[in-house]
Amino acid sequence: MTATPWTVKGATGDWEIVVGLEVHAQVTANSKLFSGAATTFGAEPNSQVSLVDAAMPGMLPVLNGECVRQAVRTGLALGAHIHKWSRFDRKNYFYADLPQGYQISQLYHPIVGEGELPIETEAGEKAVIGIERIHLEQDAGKSVHDLHPTMSYVDLNRSGCALMEIVSKPDIRSPAQAGAYVAALRQLLRYVGSCDGNMDEGSMRADVNVSVRRPGAEFGTRTETKNVNSVRFIMATVEIEAKRQVEVIEAGGTIVQETRLFDPSSFTTRSMRSKEDAHDYRYFPDPDLLPVEFDDAFVADCLASLPELPLAKRARYETALGLTPYLANVLMAEKETAAYFETLLAACATAQGRPEADVARAAANWVSGDLFGALKRLGKPIEASPISPQAGAELLTLSADGTLSGPLAKQVFEAMLETGEGAAAIVEARGLKQVSDTGAIDAAIAAIFAANADKLAQYKAGKEALFGFFVGQTMKAMAGKANPAVVNDRLKAMLAG
Amino acid sequence: MMLTDLTIAGMKRGLAARDFSATELATAHLSAMEQARGLNAFIVETPEIATAQAAAADAALARGNAGPLAGIPIGIKDLFCTESVQTTAGSKILQGFIPQYESTVSGKLLGAGAVMLGKLNMDEFAMGSSNETSAYGRVISPWKARNSNRELVPGGSSGGSAAAVAARLVAGATGTDTGGSIRQPASFVGISGIKPTYGRCSRWGVVAFASSLDQAGPMARSVEDCALLLTSMCGYDARDSTSLDVPVPDFAAGLTGDLRGKTIGVPKEYRLDGMDATIAALWEQGLAWLRDAGARTVEVSLPHTRYALPAYYIIAPAEASSNLARYDGVRYGLRVTPPGGNLADMYSATRAAGFGPEVKRRIMIGTYVLSAGFYDAYYTQAQRVRTLIARDFELAFEKCDLLLTPTAPSAAFAFGDKADPLAMYLNDVFTVPSSLAGLPAMSVPAGLSPDGLPLGLQIIGRPLDEAGVLDAGLAIERAAGFTARP
Amino acid sequence: MSVTPETVLKIARLARIGIADSEVAPLAAELSTILGWIEQLGEVDTQGVAPMTAVIPNHLAWRADVVTDGGVQAKVLANAPDATSGFFAVPKVIE
Ligand SMILES: [Mg+2]
Ligand SMILES: [Zn+2]
Repeated sequence: MTATPWTVKGATGDWEIVVGLEVHAQVTANSKLFSGAATTFGAEPNSQVSLVDAAMPGMLPVLNGECVRQAVRTGLALGAHIHKWSRFDRKNYFYADLPQGYQISQLYHPIVGEGELPIETEAGEKAVIGIERIHLEQDAGKSVHDLHPTMSYVDLNRSGCALMEIVSKPDIRSPAQAGAYVAALRQLLRYVGSCDGNMDEGSMRADVNVSVRRPGAEFGTRTETKNVNSVRFIMATVEIEAKRQVEVIEAGGTIVQETRLFDPSSFTTRSMRSKEDAHDYRYFPDPDLLPVEFDDAFVADCLASLPELPLAKRARYETALGLTPYLANVLMAEKETAAYFETLLAACATAQGRPEADVARAAANWVSGDLFGALKRLGKPIEASPISPQAGAELLTLSADGTLSGPLAKQVFEAMLETGEGAAAIVEARGLKQVSDTGAIDAAIAAIFAANADKLAQYKAGKEALFGFFVGQTMKAMAGKANPAVVNDRLKAMLAG
Repeated sequence: MMLTDLTIAGMKRGLAARDFSATELATAHLSAMEQARGLNAFIVETPEIATAQAAAADAALARGNAGPLAGIPIGIKDLFCTESVQTTAGSKILQGFIPQYESTVSGKLLGAGAVMLGKLNMDEFAMGSSNETSAYGRVISPWKARNSNRELVPGGSSGGSAAAVAARLVAGATGTDTGGSIRQPASFVGISGIKPTYGRCSRWGVVAFASSLDQAGPMARSVEDCALLLTSMCGYDARDSTSLDVPVPDFAAGLTGDLRGKTIGVPKEYRLDGMDATIAALWEQGLAWLRDAGARTVEVSLPHTRYALPAYYIIAPAEASSNLARYDGVRYGLRVTPPGGNLADMYSATRAAGFGPEVKRRIMIGTYVLSAGFYDAYYTQAQRVRTLIARDFELAFEKCDLLLTPTAPSAAFAFGDKADPLAMYLNDVFTVPSSLAGLPAMSVPAGLSPDGLPLGLQIIGRPLDEAGVLDAGLAIERAAGFTARP
Repeated sequence: MSVTPETVLKIARLARIGIADSEVAPLAAELSTILGWIEQLGEVDTQGVAPMTAVIPNHLAWRADVVTDGGVQAKVLANAPDATSGFFAVPKVIE
């Protein structure tokens, strides 16, 4: 679908926006990029800090191979060029939470080169966003400014954690695209397993580069809004910053290239530059490290280790499993859901002796309906579902073979949630088996006819609406266990008789 | 013979034979140290540690499980972080800094049974060739020129190490060499010192000056003693990414001094215009000695030699400007906060007060050459020239096995004689090229100046050929019969 | 190469070294001399010459991803000029 380009409607006409994102994603690893300290979130201040992270005199970095592997896997997932020779540089600047006085990063020779990420906005607009590069670098520590009137407090727990900086090309043209890009990237990283995507904990945050121009004109001057940490805020930053720039330009001002900060409390951006202090990072190759080198076999291993990626999975759900685009999307959105669904599907297929494609609809409906509803009520993620995929398959199989009617299945499902017992055991213990035996049903119908001779007469006189009454009475008499189809059939037959 | 006059090899024999104990050795050296405080060779003396380690060495010797350096009294250059013992790198900015860790190299020496007498004075952050830049006062050479009472520099930056070894306060010492800081002071005080191949000794726990150049090495009164210390100091360390994962030979056991079949190269570019005649003659004499030991000598060319110093004075300050950024008053060391000052004010005031003039000068140069617009012209060009310098050596080593050169262009000078920084930098003219190429190189005392001051000769080897360098050093040591002492 | 007083001030600020007004002129002269001397490097034809990356041929070893360090808050803070409640304290930073 080609939508009309998103524009800012200025007083002097339309403005197009050009957006590029630098996403910092914390690499999933047990230990830091250059030290053996732990990376877990939320520990006591300075407790996950080695002497290397604190930049004690004479301490030296040693590269964590897992971070290299994860960066390469991520690059491969983005179809990007992998650089078998890369190098770490020092980015020199002073800051309280930068203990070395430099960040070890990759400016000149990043580990991953150009790639691309297809995106789709919520409105269904598709685009392909170019990836400029991915490089590995160290995270900084954290300064806390509000614990003391005149002092800031520094916690180095995060100092030295590995980040992938994923730099997009300036291909993004609307807030919606920016949001879709970050969501797609987050989904991909989570599938690959190279970043947990936990934006609340700062595992993913974006520097948002925005400029405006007349449609088709040269790029304007851009600003960089730092460390925006949710999809919603990123979209807001794009929109707010674009509008601000248009206002500045239309008022006769010029945009200065600067770093800005997004304020989530007021939904505004403001300049970060406290004083005119031109940055000069004096990058040079880190002499404590050698170039990072690996061979084709390493890249091949990384490639082989990749799981089925989101786009491929979605396509397979639609074509091979015959799911609707909506259901396919719901089930693959989070990799944990997809994993649950696929385990469930395999168990159903095995239990019912049918191909996965034949059981997929029922399984998909159950997951997206009953299970999602229950999990939402319980406030639990699918990984913590009280009903395992195997237990779910048992329930779905009892429905499929006619043991349980729809209403009974719901009853059993609730019992499973409550007791944690298996579907078959609950059916057995509570006698919830559906009754399809015509003898029992006929007897029940006969008793109802006898007790409601007047209604029977009215029906026979033409008041056919009473059919529902007889169905209800029969089901009630059978304690809800009668097979509704059989009840229908028998009632029709006996009313006609 | 006094205990303090013994070589390390001699001490090992005496200890093994129970002629004396490690405790007696320590006591003798501690008292020499006390008497020689005027030299200002130590920043911190550690007699309690020495006494305890000597007792431990005696116990180990008695049990028969003593390490190879059990009971040998040594000094540690204050650039090596020593657990629980103040380490300052000769700088005020680290005054009072007590490392919570032991550098790999000092740990290996102590692990081998060596006894630490104290931390040795040095040029601030190893930046200097005369020991005049130490924040803890200059080190005075135990030597005096004939008919002169002027106090002389011990060389630098390992000047405390050099003075302490020469004055027989310690049997050996650690040094570090970035552009000549082991070899030049060794030459100035008439002792031996070897800078091994870059990567042989771990840099972990050594306060960094210029990471791609810094290399630890031993300083002692004989080539054999250097070999003994070097064997214990070397070895792969997974904590240093530039460490070389190669076996370490027993350098002392392999020493022969036999140069038969070896070819010694004489780099013609080292014959500088206006070279001191005594040094030129000594160089010729050294070549004759090596021929006597069985070697052949040939002239070789190292065409980029004259660019080594300027390349070095880009690369070393650039790396230093970044390495020294961590001294910011936040986590350790000096902090100066002007009244009402913010973080930026604290940085500026701390670093202004904590660094001496030479360190500031080099940080400024390093910052300048890395700054926007200059990086390629200076730093990248210097690293390209460095490649050419290394290639010069490679080509030379196709024609010869070792190189022989003077260590320094002059004998020790007096304090204040080289007040101009550039004049001071030129001191390293013979030592810097091999540093840039990461090659093993050693200085051995070979003779005296007309004033009666020691002069050293430098032997440079192929990567990892410390054994060859030490053999040539031994040949010179035997032939020179250098017995002069301060 | 002539280093101006403005350049000296700029470099000193980048390096976070406070310098007194009286130091600026002498530093400018000194740096000019040293940089002037260094500039002879420009004479060397380095076309096609790769900048040195490893002094001695060596390969970067990778660490296994295991937690082997940290948990040493006391050691980390032992030398701090000002440590409070497990943090390093510094004069207030305003962003
Ligand atoms: Mg950025
Ligand atoms: Zn970054």
